[in-house]
Amino acid sequence: MAEPMTFAQTVRDIVRRHGGLSTRLLQILREVQDHLTWLPSEALEQVAEELGLSPDKVRGVAKFYSFLYTDPRGSYDILFSDNITDRMLGNRELLHYLCERFGIGIGETRADGVVSVGTTSCTGMCDQGPAALVNGYTLTRLDRARLDRIVELVNGRIPLEQWPREFFEVTSNIRRADILLGRHFADGAAVRAVLRRGPEAMLDELVKSGLRGQGGAGYKSAAKWMACRNAPGEVKYVVCNADEGEPGTFKDRVLMQDFADLVFEGMTLCGRVIGARQGFVYLRGEYRYLLKALRETLQRRRETGLLGEAILGDPSFNFDIDIHLGAGAYVCGEESALIESLEGKHGVPRIRPPFPTTHGYLNRPTVVNNVETFAAAAKIAVEGGEWFASRGTAESKGTKLLSLSGDCERPGIYEYPFGVTVQRVLEDCGARDAQGIQMAGPAGHTVSAKQFGRRICFEDLATGGSFMVFDRSRDILDGIRNFTQFFVHESCGFCTPCRVGTSLMRDLVTKVHTGHGTRQDLEEMRKLGRIMQVACHCGLGQTAPNPVLDSLDEFPEAYERRLRSTAYEPAFDLNAALEEARQLTGRRDPGAYLNERDLLLGAMP
Amino acid sequence: MNEQPHFILDGRRVPFEDGQTLMTAALEAGVYIPHLCFNPEFTPHGSCRVCLVKVNGRVQAACTTPAAAGLTVQSEIEELRELRRGILQMLFVEGNHVCPACEKSGACQLQAVAYYVGMLAPHYTHFYPRHPVDASHPEAVIDFNRCILCELCVRASRDVDGKNVFAIQGRGLQARLVVNTPSGQLGATSFSIDDKAAQVCPTGTILIKHRGYETPIGQRLYDRKPISMVGDVAQVPESQGGRRHD
Repeated sequence: MAEPMTFAQTVRDIVRRHGGLSTRLLQILREVQDHLTWLPSEALEQVAEELGLSPDKVRGVAKFYSFLYTDPRGSYDILFSDNITDRMLGNRELLHYLCERFGIGIGETRADGVVSVGTTSCTGMCDQGPAALVNGYTLTRLDRARLDRIVELVNGRIPLEQWPREFFEVTSNIRRADILLGRHFADGAAVRAVLRRGPEAMLDELVKSGLRGQGGAGYKSAAKWMACRNAPGEVKYVVCNADEGEPGTFKDRVLMQDFADLVFEGMTLCGRVIGARQGFVYLRGEYRYLLKALRETLQRRRETGLLGEAILGDPSFNFDIDIHLGAGAYVCGEESALIESLEGKHGVPRIRPPFPTTHGYLNRPTVVNNVETFAAAAKIAVEGGEWFASRGTAESKGTKLLSLSGDCERPGIYEYPFGVTVQRVLEDCGARDAQGIQMAGPAGHTVSAKQFGRRICFEDLATGGSFMVFDRSRDILDGIRNFTQFFVHESCGFCTPCRVGTSLMRDLVTKVHTGHGTRQDLEEMRKLGRIMQVACHCGLGQTAPNPVLDSLDEFPEAYERRLRSTAYEPAFDLNAALEEARQLTGRRDPGAYLNERDLLLGAMP
Repeated sequence: MNEQPHFILDGRRVPFEDGQTLMTAALEAGVYIPHLCFNPEFTPHGSCRVCLVKVNGRVQAACTTPAAAGLTVQSEIEELRELRRGILQMLFVEGNHVCPACEKSGACQLQAVAYYVGMLAPHYTHFYPRHPVDASHPEAVIDFNRCILCELCVRASRDVDGKNVFAIQGRGLQARLVVNTPSGQLGATSFSIDDKAAQVCPTGTILIKHRGYETPIGQRLYDRKPISMVGDVAQVPESQGGRRHD
C-alpha cells in the first residue's frame, strides 16, 4: 500500500474529481481500486466519510460487485472468461497451465502479491477466445505461447501499457450486414432529422417502424418513449443499457466499438423526443477497454455541435452523455437493477411497478433501451419508419444482430431480417454438424436439431442476440452445468427462490453429470425449475432454470445415459464419506465398505 | 351509492383503500396470507416470496402488489401451497435450523409458517453453511445460522431506532446479515433489547439473553393455534408469548 498521506490524498482527489456525488460511488470505488489493487477497510471508510455515506453502505457496494475486492489481490489480476464457448476453445487447460506456471491455485493470489488468477463470467469475446481480463482489460486468443509471454511480463513487473498490443486486439468479425450495419450513416444525420421533423413526427416514425427492444424483451420502443415523454416531471433521463452480460452475446460490444456515433445519436434523439438533458451509457465492466475511445467520441461530438449545449445551434436542444462502468454483475442488465447501479448502489432489481418510464434514475422518468435499439432508432430517424418496417415479420420489424460462437467455422456478427430460420444461420456460419444451439444465452432456449426450422423473431424464438452452437462431438450437459454455475454466481441474493434455487439446481445437474443421479433427480429438477420460473423476484431467477428445463425435453438422452438404475441416490458420495472414517480407524476389512465394488476399488493401489 | 372498492380473495370480497397492497387489505379484513419478510409497520420488501398469490391467474407477491378493484386473487389453493412449501424448504436448507434445539421453537414464525403450508421435511439437500454465533452483547445473542435475510432488523434499526446497527452484505448465496462495526460484533454497537430491531425477527436469530425457556414447550405461541389465527410473533405482546414489548 502507498504511504498513508498519499493514500488519503489519492482517495480525496478521486472523490473530488467525481464532484463528491454518491451516485458516483461505484465509479469512485473502481478508481480507488485501480490505485490500490484492492479496497482495504480504511479506503472504504474514507470514501464513506468524503461522500457522507455510512461505511456499511459503501462496504455493501464493494461486496456486491465481482470486480471489486475487499481482500488483497495481485497487482496483475488475471480472470479467465469461463463461458462454455471459452471452454470449447480449451480455456480450462490454459487456466490450469497458467496457475501452475505461477505456482498458485485457481482464485489465489501469489504470496508476493504480484499476481492472482481466477475465473469470471463470459467476457463477450466468444468469437475470439479463449479470453481473459488483466486488471479489467481484455485479452483475446489465448494460447500457451501467449501465456508463457504473460508469465515473463508479470514476473518482470512490466506495466500493461508495454505489453504487446496484439494481446489486447479485439476484432469485430462482422460477417453479414443488413440495414443497420450495411448502410453508410453520416454523423449528425439523425439529430438533424429529428430537429427538422420535430419530436411528434419522430415518434410517429418510431410507431410506424414497429421497433421493439433489441435486448430481447421486445417491448415496443415507441410506447416506452411516449410513456416517458408524457410522464410528469421536468427532469428526465435517457439510459443506454450496454451491460451486455448474457453469455454468448457480443453484438453490443461491436456496436460500441465500430458504431458508437450511431448509438450516441439514437440516445440524443431520444433525449429530444422525451425532453431529457442527460443520458448515461451503462457499459459493462468487461468492456473497459472501450472506455477511452468512447469518451473521445463523445468529446468529438461535443466539439462538432452534436452533443452538449445548443445542439446544432438550437438553444432549446441540450443533451449530454456520460459513461458509467459496471463492475461485474450480470443482474445489472435488468433495467431497474441497472438504474440502482447507476445511482451508485448495489444492483438489486426494484419492485415494479412503478416502471422506469415514470420512476427511473433518481426516481425521474427514464427511458432504458438496449444499445442496438438506440442504433436502430437513429437509422429510423434518417430513413423513416416504413423503410425499417419493410424488413422482418408481422410482429418483429427490422433486423436483428446475432452473435455467433461455438462450433462454427465463421463466428462473429450476423445481421438478419427478423424471421430468419435457425437452419439458415447455421449454414451461413459454417456449422456443419450442429446437434443443438443455445439461443439467447443461458436464460434463453436450448434448441435441438429437430427444431432448426424455427424462426428467429418475437413470435417464435425471441433473442437478445446470443447464438451458441454445439456440434455432435459435444456433451450438451457440459454446457447446461456451466450455465447453472453461471446463475449461481450471478444471483443477487435478494429473493429466496433465486438465491437458494440456483444453487440447488446447479447441485442437481452436477449430481447427474457426475453419474450419481437417478430418475427422481430429473423430476426434482423440473419441480424446482417450475418454482423458480414463477416465484422469483426478477427475470434473472425466472429464466435461470430455462436451460435445464429445455434440455430435459430436447436432449433427454444427455441426462438418461448417466442415470443410475436405482430409485434413489443420496446427494453425497457414500463411499467417499466412509473413506475418511476408514483412514481414521485404519480399517480396510470388507465390513468397512458398502459393497464389493467399493472394496475392490479400495484395495487397488 | 358509493361502494368501497374491493377485490375478490378466494371468493371473498376484500375492501381496500387507496395505497393498500393485497397483503395489507387482506390483513385488515382478517384474511391470513402467509409471509415472513412482511411486517405491517414497515415498507414492503418482497424478498422472501412466501406470500405469493395468483392475481388474475398470474403469480405475484401479495405484499408488493397494489390492491385494485376487480382483481381476482387466489391464495389457499394447492398449487400455491406447493410453491410456498418449496420456498420454506429452501430457507430451511440454506441455513442451519435445528428446531428441537432452538429456544424460539414454538414461538418462531418461520416454523409456524412452515407448519401452515404443510411442510413436513426440508426435502432439499442441506447446505450446512458455517455461520458464527455472536454473544458479545451483554443482553442479546445473534445466531447467524438462523437468519433468513428478511432485513426486518435492518429496517427496524435504521428506520425506527435510528441506529443502523445491521446491514446485508455480499451477493447471491454469500449475502449475509452483518453488524455495522469494524469488529462486526454486536457488543460494540449501541443495540439495546428495547430496540424495535430486537422485536421483529421472525426466527430465532436475535435472542434475548438470560431468559431462555421461560414458557415451556407445548404452551408457546404457536403450540396450540396455527399462525393464521395467532398472527406474527412481532405483533403479539411478550406477555402473550410474542416479541412485541408490552
